[in-house]
Amino acid sequence: MMDLFAYGDAGWGDEILRGLGMTVRLALVTLPVGLGIGFAIAFASMARNPALRALGVGYTTLMRGLPEILTLFVVYNGAGLALNAAMGWIAPGAGPVDFSPFAAGVVALGMVFGAFAAEVIRGAFAALDPGQIEAGLAVGMRRGQIFWRIKLPQIWRFALPGLGNLWINLLKDTALVSIIALDDLMRMTKVAVGVTKQPFTFYLVACLIYWALCLMSEVVLARLERRANRGVRGLGA
Amino acid sequence: MNPIAILLDNGPRLWDGALMTLQLTGLGALIAAAVSPWLALWRAYGHPLAQAPLRLYISFIRGTPILAQLFLVYYGAGQFRAELTSLGLWGFFRDPFNCALLVFAANSTAYQTEILRGGIQGVPRGEIEAARAIGMGRALLLRRVIFPHAYRIAWPALGNEAILLMKASALASVVTVFELMGRTRQVFSRSFDFSVYLWAALIYLAITAAFVVIWRIAERRLSRHLAARAKGAHP
Repeated sequence: MMDLFAYGDAGWGDEILRGLGMTVRLALVTLPVGLGIGFAIAFASMARNPALRALGVGYTTLMRGLPEILTLFVVYNGAGLALNAAMGWIAPGAGPVDFSPFAAGVVALGMVFGAFAAEVIRGAFAALDPGQIEAGLAVGMRRGQIFWRIKLPQIWRFALPGLGNLWINLLKDTALVSIIALDDLMRMTKVAVGVTKQPFTFYLVACLIYWALCLMSEVVLARLERRANRGVRGLGA
Repeated sequence: MNPIAILLDNGPRLWDGALMTLQLTGLGALIAAAVSPWLALWRAYGHPLAQAPLRLYISFIRGTPILAQLFLVYYGAGQFRAELTSLGLWGFFRDPFNCALLVFAANSTAYQTEILRGGIQGVPRGEIEAARAIGMGRALLLRRVIFPHAYRIAWPALGNEAILLMKASALASVVTVFELMGRTRQVFSRSFDFSVYLWAALIYLAITAAFVVIWRIAERRLSRHLAARAKGAHP
């Protein structure tokens, strides 16, 4: 039983570990992309310009209503088609180019993460105590200063629980990229199943690895939350 | 890329897929809705030790990708083919629709249980004490006081869960269930016409929008006594 998961040529330990590495790398690269999109969309939906606001609200409604796998296919196939059309324009006669599954995964998962994160970030800004902003204005701070010195340091505290949930969803959603042939944990498990013909054993191990990742994330997030709340009476450590 | 032509050519196929999506989601949510109240009671009132297996189950469902669960059940069943055949269950697990439905129902059960537990724990103590004071028994108390109020508290979250389940049902396409996503991929692989994805997106959004409207109407009905109170009318 254990030699199935041995490290090296005989077992599948190293392949699965490589897949796990890819899964974690994909999630870590997607996180800043998704946060960037989230902040941009949150600012758009809080903007005074009605067109920007409509864009922000429209984006969150659209992306949150679509299945993640549909977004992934739209990005993967759509970007592939667009890329090939562009290549046909620039260099006619060159062979078809492939949009890398990793890039498609980062873009698609980042877009989904961004839509949900925008709502969390907007809620965090709304939760700020308006008295502090008035106090900032009263001591003569400019809007930019108020943003950098009062708002931004504090929204983390309100946004962290929501963003933590999104991070765990992101970790789980990375499994989808196995469908577009990125060698992540899920796909390496599939490869192992194809050879060993032991689907239950291997998929159970994959499930347990994802579970462990999520539980570890929860521990780290709880610590981050304690740290973010350390200056607040009754909530700090 | 010709959106109109692709819709005219594949309309019935996409319609079939949409019906399959609704069937998977509806059945999964209903099965979960039948099981979760009992589990929620277990979570709300059970002894901490007795709760351990239930918490483990919920944590597992929440901590693993649905795709992995789907593969575990659909492909994993093959490893126990002999045992399942002797139990007469192989016919069930051989059908991808059943496996997908089982996974979605199990998923939704975990989430609905936690949502309902929150609802049950949100019922004000005073209501329960009042019901006890006028001599209500355990069953009557649950039926007339705790569950009606718990469902009203949990209603919006249960609606969100149904929408998440509808989105998750798109994963069934990976184990060859031809719901909307599966049909869409099928049409794309034949025509390479990208616009079929846009139609699929529109259909998903339409389903979500219709559901949100229905759910709001039901919510208003559930809390109609509060609306009357807000207007100042006497019952």
